[in-house]
Amino acid sequence: MFARTSAAVFLPQCGQARSMATLKDITLRLKSIKNIQKITKSMKMVSAAKYSRAERSLKSARVYGTSAMALYEKAEIKAPEDKNKHVIIGVSSDRGLCGAIHSSVAKAIKSEIAKLSGAGKEVMIVNVGDKLRGLLYRTHGKHILINCKEVGRKPPTFTDASVIATELLDSGYEFDQGSIIYNRFRSVISYKTDEKPLFSIDTVASSENMGIYDDIDADVLRNYQEFALVNIIYFGMKESTTSEQSARMTAMDGASKNASEIIEKLTMTFNRTRQAVITKELIEIISGAAAL
Amino acid sequence: MMAARFLLRRAVPALRHARCYADAPAAQMSFTFASPTQVFFKEANVKQIDVPTLTGAFGILPAHVPTLQVLRPGVVTVFNDDGSSAKYFVSSGSVTVNADSSVQLLAEEAVPLDSLDLAAAKANLEKAQSELGGVSDEAARAEVLISIEANEAIVKALE
Repeated sequence: MFARTSAAVFLPQCGQARSMATLKDITLRLKSIKNIQKITKSMKMVSAAKYSRAERSLKSARVYGTSAMALYEKAEIKAPEDKNKHVIIGVSSDRGLCGAIHSSVAKAIKSEIAKLSGAGKEVMIVNVGDKLRGLLYRTHGKHILINCKEVGRKPPTFTDASVIATELLDSGYEFDQGSIIYNRFRSVISYKTDEKPLFSIDTVASSENMGIYDDIDADVLRNYQEFALVNIIYFGMKESTTSEQSARMTAMDGASKNASEIIEKLTMTFNRTRQAVITKELIEIISGAAAL
Repeated sequence: MMAARFLLRRAVPALRHARCYADAPAAQMSFTFASPTQVFFKEANVKQIDVPTLTGAFGILPAHVPTLQVLRPGVVTVFNDDGSSAKYFVSSGSVTVNADSSVQLLAEEAVPLDSLDLAAAKANLEKAQSELGGVSDEAARAEVLISIEANEAIVKALE
C-alpha cells in the first residue's frame, strides 16, 4: 500500500526541471498520506481491541497449556538421541503488518532444520499460517508437510487445534519427536520466539520415569498423548495470536507517528510553496502595472 | 531473591527421590482443573476429587499413586477442605497425578452441573437415539454414539 502510492506520487517530481514540486503535487501527496494515517490509526485501534480480548483468554489458556506440559516436565521425558524423524510445528498467521512476528518464527525454523539436517535427521514442517508458507516454501519446500490457511482472522479455538493435530496424526508421517515454535507473549511491547518439545507415543511409553505411573495401558496412553498434542498446539496458537496483535498495534502506532511527521513536513512545504506562488503573482502584477 | 532461587534448586532433587515422611508437601495436593476457555481451580488444596475415566470412576486423595487417565463424559466432584463439594460435568479430557501429589485435570469442555438443563438433555438424548437408526457411515455413527453417551451421562447426573 505504501509502496504503490509513493511510486505514483514520486513520478511527476522526477520529470520536472524545477526542484520544488507544484502545489497540486504536494496537495495530492498530502491527501494520500493523510488517508494512510487514518488507516493505520484504525488498524491500531482494531488490533488494540483484539489484543485485549486475546490477552484475557490467554490467562486461562496459559494455565491449561502449562498443565498439559506438566507431565513431560515432571517425569522429565527426554527423547533418545538416536531417533531420526522430527516434526516442527511453526505457529504464525496469514496477515502481515505485524513487525517481525512471521520472520522470527521462520528464522528459528530454518536454524532448527539446519541443525537437525546437519546431524543427519529427517525433518518435516507443519505451517500454521500462510505467511510462514510464503517464507519457507522457496528454500525449504521439500520439508513442508502440512500448510494451514485462514489462521488469524478469528481467535483460535480448541477445535482449530484439534483439526491441526488430526491432520498431523493422519498424515502418515511417524515422527519420534518434535517441537512447536511460537511467539510467547511477554508484554504489550515484547514477545519472544519460544520452542516447546513434543513427544511421540513410543518415546513417552519407553521413557524411564513412566514406570512410576500406575495402571497405564497402550490405549489410554495413546488417547492421552493425542489430547496433549492438541493442548500444546492450542497453547502455542493462543500465545501466538496475543503476541501478533500486540506487535501489530506497535507497528501501526509507529506507522501513524511516521505519517504525522511526514504530514507536518509536507504542510510546511505546502505553505511555503503557496506563499511563493502568491508572491510571484504579486510581482508579476506589480511589474506589469509599473510597465504601464 | 537469590536465596529463594538457591532453595528452589535444592528442593527439586528432593522431589525426585522416593517420598519420605519428612516431606510435608505430600500431604497436600496441588489441584489444577481447567478447560481451554476457563480455569476452575489453579494449584488449589482440596481434600478429594472424584473423576469418571474410561476405566471407571475413582477418587483421588493427596498422595495418590501417580497415574494418567483419560476422562469420559461424566461428573467430576471436588471436595474442598471445609467439607463443601462442587460438581462439574466434563465431556472428555485427561487427568494426571504426579509423584509430587499434583493433579492436573484438563477437560475439553467443563460446566458446573447447575448450568445444565435436564429437559434439554433428555430431548437431545432422544434425538440422538432416533438418529442412530438412520446413519450408516462409520464416522457419523461414531459421532451419534458419542452424543448418546454424553447425553445419557448428563441425564444420569442431573437425576
